[in-house]
Amino acid sequence: MTAELLAIQGGLVGMFGQPFMQNALVAGTCIAAASGLVGYFLVLRSQVFTADALSHVAFTGALAALAFGIDLRLGLFVATVGVGLFMGTLEPRGRADDVVVGSVFAWVLGLGALFLTIYSTSRSTGNGTAGVNVLFGSIFGLSRSQAWTAAAVAVGIVVVVGIVARPLLFSSIDADVADARGVPVRLIGFIFLGVVGACAAEATQAVGALLLLGLLAAPAGAAHRLTGRPVVAMVLASALAIGELWAGLVLSYWVPSMPPSFAILAVATAVFLGVLIVTQVRGRAQAESPVVPVEAARR
Amino acid sequence: MLVAGAASPSLTGNLVEDVRQLFVYPFMVNAFRAGTIVAVLAGVIGWFMVLRKQSFAGHTLAVVGFPGAAGATLLGIGALYGYFTFCVAAAVGIALLPSARGRGFSEENAITGTIGAFFLACGFLFISLYKGFLDGVNSLLFGSFLGITNQQVVVLAVVAAVGLGAMALMGRPLLFASIDADVAQARSVPVRALGVAFLILLGLAAAEASQITGSLLVFALLVMPPATAQRLTTRPASSLALTVGIGLLVTWLGLAAAYYSPYPIGFWVTTFAFAAYLLSHLAGAGLVRRRAPVVAPSVGRADVPSRVDR
Repeated sequence: MTAELLAIQGGLVGMFGQPFMQNALVAGTCIAAASGLVGYFLVLRSQVFTADALSHVAFTGALAALAFGIDLRLGLFVATVGVGLFMGTLEPRGRADDVVVGSVFAWVLGLGALFLTIYSTSRSTGNGTAGVNVLFGSIFGLSRSQAWTAAAVAVGIVVVVGIVARPLLFSSIDADVADARGVPVRLIGFIFLGVVGACAAEATQAVGALLLLGLLAAPAGAAHRLTGRPVVAMVLASALAIGELWAGLVLSYWVPSMPPSFAILAVATAVFLGVLIVTQVRGRAQAESPVVPVEAARR
Repeated sequence: MLVAGAASPSLTGNLVEDVRQLFVYPFMVNAFRAGTIVAVLAGVIGWFMVLRKQSFAGHTLAVVGFPGAAGATLLGIGALYGYFTFCVAAAVGIALLPSARGRGFSEENAITGTIGAFFLACGFLFISLYKGFLDGVNSLLFGSFLGITNQQVVVLAVVAAVGLGAMALMGRPLLFASIDADVAQARSVPVRALGVAFLILLGLAAAEASQITGSLLVFALLVMPPATAQRLTTRPASSLALTVGIGLLVTWLGLAAAYYSPYPIGFWVTTFAFAAYLLSHLAGAGLVRRRAPVVAPSVGRADVPSRVDR
């Protein structure tokens, strides 16, 4: 028994002693906290597909930077924050329809495929895995300085969201009333989309451009299901994201054939679906029992 | 983009010679055959999809096809069969799933987004299990026209024939149900059954389109040609024909450009399709401006405001 415990303890020390694991944990924890928090507002504001659109932009921005020989992260942040802010300027004129949005972003993605080819064929330093790393993340590949930069940016995102949280919440729930009370609804929405852009770029470094939607939507969706109180839900979304990321990293460490981004997404999806099923069943049970009709009606 | 050892093709400026060069290699002939089949099916089904405002369903189905293709490659079966299996299974799943009403649109989006990301992650898992496949991932996501076998062309053709046959049978009631579901229901058109059947056909079309454009760029063949055609004309028959025409043109141009350049087919096809779409917007705006004074008295007509808005 003690021997087993010691073995587990040794395994844990070994795991957390690895520099790549430490870097992944430092960056991942902060990125997950920011993603959960931003995701909470995305779900609240029905802007989940903004993140989807930004994921395409993240891919193209990162590969354009590589193709032109600049730091990948520069292209990533410029593209996502820029497009996020641009979408913020379009917002008040009403939502563009699916076909327009989908076509524009499909073309952006096609452009990304072009940059990928340019990068992998023309740069002698280019490696074939760059595209895959951008699309699906390579959190174990972060260097110490990259990890700390990512962590610092993530903390910045959390701070900015924290500052605008109250007016953002107000204007998300009832834009008209907030506007009447003198909340700068447009400005807040604009700032928020810029933050979403930065967060998308961060999440790309953790789980990749194609999967960032899962990291933003799954913990937030689960938190929205579990509680109706905003502050609790925000904290819960971040906590869930961090927990899911840790679980994913550990899983992937123990099962090396499982890439970390898959493990993170698998845990996040499982938690979200589990929460959906449990609350559904509980909601139905409550609806059937006549004692708490008010609770059931509120659902 | 070319197979090793083949002489690098270059444009001669002589159109006849360039077109002849395109068909020198059997793989290119097969690529054109496959592209033509796919463009026709994707055009016809995409036309109805855009009309029914289901373009994100098409996108989701294609995304789900990616792990199917990656898994099929892992198992050593052709990617094409993986696309078909997963796209059609996903279509059945979406059709059978009770729509999450009551909790609101926002949560449904969160669920759709999460599941889409999860399927992509599964595809990534299969790819990393299949070592040395990193180049293949790009062709699964962004399309490829290399290595399409005769047998695959036959499979594509048979599936397309089945899909088009089904569309021929259900086209009229589906059009009715798509334009006004309530009236169609009242006239005892089986609206729900048609919807399910159409989703399955959409799965087939998304799978076929993935073969050329890759999982992520199916919009290029499924959405952009019909959206372009529907902006140019509102008459169903002519816009359907126009859709297929645009789809074919875009595919052929894309194949030729990819053959003569080092850049991937997915990029070319999306770029040509997007250019056509942009041109139709410009042309549409021009038409509205010219017609504006004539139309003005009958602003109450349903189709006018939507055009002026844009």
